[in-house]
Amino acid sequence: MNQKVTDYLLYLDGVCVAFDGFKAINSLSLTIKPGEMRAIIGPNGAGKTTMMDIITGKTKPDEGDVLFDGTVDLTQLDEAAIANLGIGRKFQKPTVFEMHTVEDNLRLALKADRRVFTTLFWRDAAAEREKINRILATIRLEHLRDASAANLSHGQKQWLEIGMLLAQDPKLLLVDEPVAGMTDAETEATAHLLKEIAKDHSVIVVEHDMAFVRELDVKVTVLHEGSVLAEGPLDTVSADSRVIEVYLGR
Amino acid sequence: MIAQAILSRLDGRGRVFLGVILAALVLVPVLHLTMPASSPLHVPIWLVSLMGKYLTYAILALALDLVWGYCGILSLGHGAFFALGGYAMGMYLMRQIGTRGVYGNPVLPDFMVFLNWKELPWFWYGFDMFPFALLMVLLAPGILAFIFGWFAFRSRVTGVYLSIITQALTYALMLAFFRNDMGFGGNNGLTDFKDIVGYSVQSPGTRLVLFTLTLLALAGTYLFSRYVVTSKAGKVLVAIRDAESRTRFLGFRVERYKLFVFTVSAMMAGLAGALYVPQVGIINPSEFQPGNSIEVVIWVAVGGRGTLVGAAIGAILVNLAKTIFTTGALAPYWLFALGALFVLTTLYMPKGVIGTYGEWRDKRREKAALRADAAANPAE
Repeated sequence: MNQKVTDYLLYLDGVCVAFDGFKAINSLSLTIKPGEMRAIIGPNGAGKTTMMDIITGKTKPDEGDVLFDGTVDLTQLDEAAIANLGIGRKFQKPTVFEMHTVEDNLRLALKADRRVFTTLFWRDAAAEREKINRILATIRLEHLRDASAANLSHGQKQWLEIGMLLAQDPKLLLVDEPVAGMTDAETEATAHLLKEIAKDHSVIVVEHDMAFVRELDVKVTVLHEGSVLAEGPLDTVSADSRVIEVYLGR
Repeated sequence: MIAQAILSRLDGRGRVFLGVILAALVLVPVLHLTMPASSPLHVPIWLVSLMGKYLTYAILALALDLVWGYCGILSLGHGAFFALGGYAMGMYLMRQIGTRGVYGNPVLPDFMVFLNWKELPWFWYGFDMFPFALLMVLLAPGILAFIFGWFAFRSRVTGVYLSIITQALTYALMLAFFRNDMGFGGNNGLTDFKDIVGYSVQSPGTRLVLFTLTLLALAGTYLFSRYVVTSKAGKVLVAIRDAESRTRFLGFRVERYKLFVFTVSAMMAGLAGALYVPQVGIINPSEFQPGNSIEVVIWVAVGGRGTLVGAAIGAILVNLAKTIFTTGALAPYWLFALGALFVLTTLYMPKGVIGTYGEWRDKRREKAALRADAAANPAE
């Protein structure tokens, strides 16, 4: 049971999902190596978000295999179990806990025992503070530690959410449109931050912004109508005639 | 050290609240016992019991605020847990009547003799023992809430759907308890109580003790709730309230947190019901009325959702208004007034009395700080 079927960190094979007959994901196959960063692009409705929903357990596929770490069948687990396995997700629309402070947002995300009675009797620990301080420095929100997350700007919320992902310390990060609504300077800084994170994590980035994808400079997968249309370096992919037809050219 | 740990969890509001409870704990018995009946400062015993009743409502409101204000579970069935706790206490009080009942049966309560029952039903066993009854006060609502929550939260029933099934729960229980063959006194419920742990429930001394116990229970449940909401688990509850699926993706088992807080809250409501019954002298199926549970929501909304202290104050204020209203010429219009109160609170004071006061105070402080600034640096 625990024998590795594959060496890939994430392995999707022949995955299909249909909503009311509409095939959102159509025999999708995708593999991510440990430590790899991958950008996923595709027109609206290509199935990018649905793919993330499948990986994180929100949506169950109708058929196909989804394996994590070569051993764990993700289709059998729920969101919380998958998150605790080490898959973190950042949403397209930044979702942070608005009523909590920046620090508490990170504290909740911090990798720790998540059972009710442990959190009920939880005590502030120095090691935990240390980690939170480090993350605050990385995401440049130190001065806003005690600010309510509701008062952050859009870009700051995006960063806080990336910070929460860091706090979770997952093996695989799924990042959905991290630079939507950001200024050029913020976009550049975010690309830098993600590259930094990719040094010791596997990352999947879904993005529309071509300049940003170019900045990331990683292997690109193009999704179209729920399956992979092309894969490779951005320049090769964007030269592909089918890709130009469905996505770039229109 | 424990006292210090508790105090560090309190905000200014909580300290004032506990201070008021402490003052009432001393003043009410003193004013009742030492002042002559003619003095305007004398607190008559009916007033003591009336205040005791309000305080049990305050505990019930606190319980609801814990689930609704902090975890976003709008339970419209908390009256059911209150009534179950009340019935558990009522059953104990019934068994204490013994041969003093109308039919003089040493074991069977009057209504069972009247229904021609020969034996005590099994679920009445043990209720002659006070510790067992106390346990049931917490367990009966707790177990019901646990089973209900287990199915509801695991199936991810949320929002208005959950509210509707909690209403159905209390309504179903009301219909069940109305039936004579359920064995809980049917329509008439349980009443004609004589003794509680050997003391007459009617005597002023017992009533005074019940009142102080209720005050202590209010303080205790408040401190407990405050501990929960200031713990990391409390932060998770708020996170669930504001962004449930985000909390799930962080790896928290949302359904377990909900189940925990719902069960604990139901037990608090049960405790409130148990303190209510000996002070009002009766428990009957009308306590399960869906309307009662909705009224609790109004108390919490008026006082200030998600503030704990506000919930308790809302319960006391609204019930005070109810007593004043329904004893005067305006009695037939009380429900209109209550409805208007809810609408007006929702429209103009969404944070309730306590929340609105807090906002007003913060603004005033800000202004004062600005003025002090301006006075200190007139050149700028």
